[in-house]
Amino acid sequence: MMQPFSGLSLLRRGLSGQRGWKQQWRRAEPKASYDAVIVGGGGHGLGAAYYLAKEHGLRNIAVLEKGWIGGGNTGRNTTIIRSNYLFAESAALYDHALQLWGTLSQELNYNVMFSPRGVMMLAHTVHDIQVSKRHVYANRAAGVDNEWITAAEAKAFCPVLKIDDIRYPVLGAALQRSGGTARHDAVAWGFARAADALGVDIIENCEVTGIQRDSNGAVTALDTSRGLIRTAKIGVCVAGNTSVIMKMVGLKLPLESFPLQALVSEPVKPIFPCVVMSNTIHAYISQSDKGELVIGAGTDAYTSYTQRGGLHVDNHALEAVCELFPIFRRMRMLRNWGGIVDVTPDRSPIIAKTPVPGLYVNCGWGTGGFKATPGSGHLFAHTIAHDAPHPINAPFTIERFRDGHLIDEAAAAAVAH
Amino acid sequence: MLLIDCPYCGKRPELEFTHGGQAHIARAQNPSDLSLEQWTDFLYMRDNIKGVHAERWRHAHGCGRFFNALRDTTTDQFLVTYKAGEPRPTIPSGPAVKVQQ
Repeated sequence: MMQPFSGLSLLRRGLSGQRGWKQQWRRAEPKASYDAVIVGGGGHGLGAAYYLAKEHGLRNIAVLEKGWIGGGNTGRNTTIIRSNYLFAESAALYDHALQLWGTLSQELNYNVMFSPRGVMMLAHTVHDIQVSKRHVYANRAAGVDNEWITAAEAKAFCPVLKIDDIRYPVLGAALQRSGGTARHDAVAWGFARAADALGVDIIENCEVTGIQRDSNGAVTALDTSRGLIRTAKIGVCVAGNTSVIMKMVGLKLPLESFPLQALVSEPVKPIFPCVVMSNTIHAYISQSDKGELVIGAGTDAYTSYTQRGGLHVDNHALEAVCELFPIFRRMRMLRNWGGIVDVTPDRSPIIAKTPVPGLYVNCGWGTGGFKATPGSGHLFAHTIAHDAPHPINAPFTIERFRDGHLIDEAAAAAVAH
Repeated sequence: MLLIDCPYCGKRPELEFTHGGQAHIARAQNPSDLSLEQWTDFLYMRDNIKGVHAERWRHAHGCGRFFNALRDTTTDQFLVTYKAGEPRPTIPSGPAVKVQQ
């Protein structure tokens, strides 16, 4: 049984030397069969399993993870949460997630450290101003929080920001005050713990090697590194490795996998009160509660599965950070790493049924999937349980590429790709 | 940073190049004959290989020409580069393949 966290339980354990805490979730052994299996134990997959159990009554389900929980992109992103996308479909999708973030800690009885500290996107050129204002107006029309502020207001919101005497002076900014950050590991652990409490088997070190199908083409079982697992419903949430899994059933998707890098500095005292992003000179930066500056770099130029990339990509991000925040010029970076992101041609995700009966896919989040974690899990669970999409994810099909109904956030997603 | 062997100029740093995506995707001779599915496949669907991948590169800050390469996407090692229009070279499979010197 799940041991609930409360102020009282923390106090009691604190006074007794932190003894008596139990393991947060079971080390489950794979059963011979499940009603549904989620492939991929990141935030999106664990979230899908949690909502399948909680809202759709499926308890005989498993999450298969080839490595360890949250060891992929869930533990590799820069933890930024925002919903200021341009198009109505995207704004609805990401705002659905943002609404869930607000109460996720209470929902899971696990502190995911959601901190809506504000996401500020800088404008450096006339073009930036026009695009940013278009975003602000589109968001406000869609009921999504976003506002335009002047350079002086941006400086007041983030005092360490340098707005003039730089190569690209800051001319203003779009500010989403309800955006912010959360602790990514806690999101994976919180979903894993809550799903486990509802009976979900979380099976680590279990790699899928094949998918078996019947004479109608419907899925019947998964071949895994820990044996055969029978199931009639498979939900795939494996980010950069989606093409690899889909190849097992002969499906080709509109995806390419790229390394996306990030890095953190040595930890320092609180200096950076918000998230700042700049498309034009490509910097984004925030400070974790541990004190590290968390810096997002760009994608490498080429497709890869290596979970690393070229150092010049990190350097480029640091040059931009040092230009905007000269106070950080002598900071040292502690670690850099890469994750493999699956990018669609229109930079919008796919949360949908596939042409294979019983096979569902949640992929294509590209460089920005973390912010959608609870919403993505929630909508994917609905899609699997009902064998039909929720109205919010109905536009995010594979067939949109055939039908021309692209949700083209490539330039509109408000970050450079 | 990758060191890329342009078939025209020799080895140069990655920064001189742009990546051109999957190689050997031929545009149809008679585009109007294609079905919707064939167009979708041509425009959007990609193999996204985990392993040896044939891809296009352009030596943008050098000779400006396109060429093709075989690269292992699990190690980022280039196995061979070859001129556009040449068929995909056959290389022995398996991890024993050495990087082209």
